[in-house]
Amino acid sequence: MTFRGKIISGSLITGFFLGIIFWGGFHWSLEMTNNEEFCISCHEMKDNIYPEYKETVHYSNRTGVRATCPDCHVPKQWFYKIKRKIEASREVFHKIIGTIDTREKFEEYRLTMALSEWKRMKSADSRECRNCHDYESMDFVDQGRRAVKAHSIGLDEGKTCIDCHKGIAHHLPLGWEAAAEKAGL
Amino acid sequence: MKKLFVFILVLGMTVLINAEELTSLRGSQPLDEASQTVEKKVWAKDGEVISRNYVQQPPLIPHKIKGYQINLQYNKCMSCHSWSKYKASGATKISQTHFKDRDGNDLAKVSARRYFCNQCHVPQASVKPIVENTFKPIDSVSQ
Repeated sequence: MTFRGKIISGSLITGFFLGIIFWGGFHWSLEMTNNEEFCISCHEMKDNIYPEYKETVHYSNRTGVRATCPDCHVPKQWFYKIKRKIEASREVFHKIIGTIDTREKFEEYRLTMALSEWKRMKSADSRECRNCHDYESMDFVDQGRRAVKAHSIGLDEGKTCIDCHKGIAHHLPLGWEAAAEKAGL
Repeated sequence: MKKLFVFILVLGMTVLINAEELTSLRGSQPLDEASQTVEKKVWAKDGEVISRNYVQQPPLIPHKIKGYQINLQYNKCMSCHSWSKYKASGATKISQTHFKDRDGNDLAKVSARRYFCNQCHVPQASVKPIVENTFKPIDSVSQ
């Protein structure tokens, strides 16, 4: 092997391992920001919406399957996940300037935040709901009287989960119905 | 002295006997012992409308209401039982009496004293009544 060949193959091998380290490191740190512990590490989340979520079926139920914050709020697919993570940088900015750092501010801002999340979910056809809840695997026979009726209509009209299932893990804000209708959600 | 002794003995026995007779509806578990395990009650699943047992009984809720938000921000029951939604959802609509305040004025929305639905309307679980009774509705008004 020539000297030049050695340099090329050497740098290729080094590049390969550096790639593993950098990509692994990137992925590792991204996952660090993608768990419940991280989400509730700031009091805005821990004191306002986390206690509400703890009362719901997504936190505790008979089979013990739990959906944590990122299961609903961060897409699983790589492209959408990175897109959402980049968008989330504005949340860091608002954390710094303290947009919702008191209960009163949070309540005032709750509708805006809810609308933005409903909009995201509707535009993605409730992708994050469907990671677990799939129409294809839903047995309507096993569902309650009211659920069968609503789901049959929903399926026919091409509705998406979030059209009806709003406020299932967090409290609904004051005047959300009118605001959602106005926003076409 | 002997008489007093007998008196105290009798008094003491009466107190003891009476103490045994005193049992609360929750059973008679001594305070210093571990409490009895309460039998688990299961809420009734979605069912048809439950008929009323007496005149002016608040209708019972024939479905589960776990996790329903009823607070200042929102009343979940109204997402089906309100006048604007009941037809689409096939639910019983809220009574017009609920729009009157205590002075008899008709309001545009549910009166504050009627807002908290589950103060009167309750879901059902299969449990035995803790006090037996022989209540029967009058034939002319029972369903």
